Amino acid sequence: MRENKVMGIIFSNMHDSMLGELTERRTTGSVPYGGRYRLIDFVLSSMVNSDIQDIGIITKQNYQSLMDHVGAGRAWDLARKRGGLVILPPFASSQGSGIYRGRLEALQGAMSYIKHNDAKYVLLCDSDIIANIDMREMINEHIKSGAQISMMFKTTEVSAESARDTTTLAYDEETKDVTDISVRPDVRGTQHVYMNVMLLEKTLLERLVGEGKSHDQYSLIRHAIQPAVGKLAIKAYEFSGYTHKISGMKSYFAANMELLDPRVRAELFPNKRPVFTKVRDQVPVKYGLSARVGNSLIADGCIINGDVQNCIIFRGAKIGRNAVLKNCIIMQDTYVGDNAHLEYVITDKDVLIKDSRVLIGYETYPTYIAKGNSI
Amino acid sequence: MFKKEWIAMLLAGGQGSRLYTLTQNLAKPAVPFGGKYRIIDFPLSNCINSGIDTVGVLTQYQPLVLNEYIGNGQPWDLDRANGGVFVLPPYQKSSGSDWYTGTANAIYQNINFIDRYEPEYVLLLSGDHIYKMDYEKMLAYHKEKNADCTIAVLQVPMEEASRFGIMNTYPDGTIFEFEEKPPQPKSNLASMGIYIFTWEKLRKYLIEDEADPLSTKDFGKNILPAMLGDGQKMVAYPFEGYWKDVGTIDSLWEANMDLLDPKVPLDLYDDSWKIYSRNPVMPPHYIANGAVVQNSMVTEGCTIAGNVDFSILFAGVTVEEGAVVRDSIIMPGTVIKKGAVVEYAIVAENCVIGEGAVVGQRPENAENRDNWGIAVVGNGITIGAGAVVAPKAMIDKDVQGVQ
Repeated sequence: MRENKVMGIIFSNMHDSMLGELTERRTTGSVPYGGRYRLIDFVLSSMVNSDIQDIGIITKQNYQSLMDHVGAGRAWDLARKRGGLVILPPFASSQGSGIYRGRLEALQGAMSYIKHNDAKYVLLCDSDIIANIDMREMINEHIKSGAQISMMFKTTEVSAESARDTTTLAYDEETKDVTDISVRPDVRGTQHVYMNVMLLEKTLLERLVGEGKSHDQYSLIRHAIQPAVGKLAIKAYEFSGYTHKISGMKSYFAANMELLDPRVRAELFPNKRPVFTKVRDQVPVKYGLSARVGNSLIADGCIINGDVQNCIIFRGAKIGRNAVLKNCIIMQDTYVGDNAHLEYVITDKDVLIKDSRVLIGYETYPTYIAKGNSI
Repeated sequence: MFKKEWIAMLLAGGQGSRLYTLTQNLAKPAVPFGGKYRIIDFPLSNCINSGIDTVGVLTQYQPLVLNEYIGNGQPWDLDRANGGVFVLPPYQKSSGSDWYTGTANAIYQNINFIDRYEPEYVLLLSGDHIYKMDYEKMLAYHKEKNADCTIAVLQVPMEEASRFGIMNTYPDGTIFEFEEKPPQPKSNLASMGIYIFTWEKLRKYLIEDEADPLSTKDFGKNILPAMLGDGQKMVAYPFEGYWKDVGTIDSLWEANMDLLDPKVPLDLYDDSWKIYSRNPVMPPHYIANGAVVQNSMVTEGCTIAGNVDFSILFAGVTVEEGAVVRDSIIMPGTVIKKGAVVEYAIVAENCVIGEGAVVGQRPENAENRDNWGIAVVGNGITIGAGAVVAPKAMIDKDVQGVQ
């Protein structure tokens, strides 16, 4: 057994209500992003690249797409005999349906999995943040500082869209001790925003979850962590790399478009810490004679014959002749017919845009076309 | 071991010397092809798509890259509890150790491996052809004809027939004669190097051939003539579709370019017959403003700011601003610096083509048309800024820049 072994727990459903139509039929973790990824790929890969090889994914509802995506975890090298990837669906019993109200209650259902692991620490993460994080730095800092709980935060702007899903930290600059935690505070501007990444000893987590259960409590932050401020050694750990928390359709659109910036791609996809995802065995992209492409990110399996500018094109999309696409997010297996014209459009998977259709959205309100529709 | 109806044996030990620097450090079947594949992906994918779950890959020459690439066979769904893909190098036996001295000897040395599965039939493949083929149909033909050996054949233009092994057949497909590269071909049915043998028969001939001191231990030269001479039932299975031997620089370049030609009947986008490969873990490729990419194939991890036309770019290739890549194949990880021009070239993995360097030339611009050819830059080579690599050059050492 390794010393200081860390296991990971990922909450795949936590922000479903924020993403509206995108999560109507899937979990937050399985929202497609960046041409070939699902949101959960980032936290899974961050963990795997940080030597965390025992990972449980807590689900709640609509998790078929997630299970299809992660499978046995092979793409992340997590199809293991010892440890590896485990999906933890709601644990229904005679006492309840298993449909939890918050992270604390969700952890109650996952306790038997957590208890049986021989890890010393547990890393809790959500799946709504796009970032490539070296968790080892936080783990080492946690051990060195003698913290009982470490909470990762990012100093960033809070917008009107993201405020209703924000938790902020106040901490002592010198000791890094967390002095206050505010859930959904009515604030704007630059804040220390908690990233829903928390590291603690497994025995402490077991104790907190046990206490929560006996008091019928469900919220990890409000019922277990907030009351412990000042009582337990809770440290704030700042992450300064690129992050984008998906907090709605507008931010989803913006996060995708940020990938067109080479600095963002360099931070998200460093050679040493690759982002793994499900392999689809797609053919390279074929560009036709009439293709015109600028400032776009294009995934394998596409056939491009039209004019594509400032777009993110997912795997297996087909863009017809003389079709014009500007500022669009075109998800997997979308078909865009000849002479179609799209601006600020997000098409979900398997959408069919027939020849010569015109659809124009706006940057702050992109037009979204749900999975499987034809226009 | 459970009994298998049939298994495949893939001959992957050839040196591929006609690919020169491209096969200096790797076996021919491991040569990158078509943007994200290696040549061996084609026969391996054909096997799994045809329902074959046990494949022996016979390796000998420079097997390191190939071994690592095949691994446990997972990308081709060949990681099986019963069967799967096996790399079979020559090994030491109580009677001593031998290199594979010929194609027949290679199979002979692995009789024990084949016997473990007690197959009725053995499919024999080579690792240097690009094609999609349903071997199951060929097996059905083999059974229908009650054959001992079935050889897949392709109709080639009569004027090219003298470059191939030609099968002369009766109208019912039975082979009565074959000729290796005949000057005056009698038919245009060329062997594709794909055979199905009834194992019991082949086993006998392999043992007899091994005992013959005069034999060169070669399938084409020894085993097949011996079977034919004994009156074994040998039939030609007619295949229609795309098939290309990629054993030379020119044919490798052409086969890659065929992927860009909509008239060529090799559809990689057909989901019912996917070609599988070990996928790189890289983000989607990025095409910058000002880049022009037309009639080309580009895959994950590439960053393109220059002009790419009629070319195949493998994973992680960078084409900087003002650089031009035309009619060329650029293998994984290579960087084409600002203002460099690459035309009619194959640039191998992890090369750097310096600023303003020129690699290859269009045939119509060549001074000496007769000596024109595809320029080749070997693995990991740096071509200095401003240097010129002539057409048909074969570069296996770094080239100094020119001030």
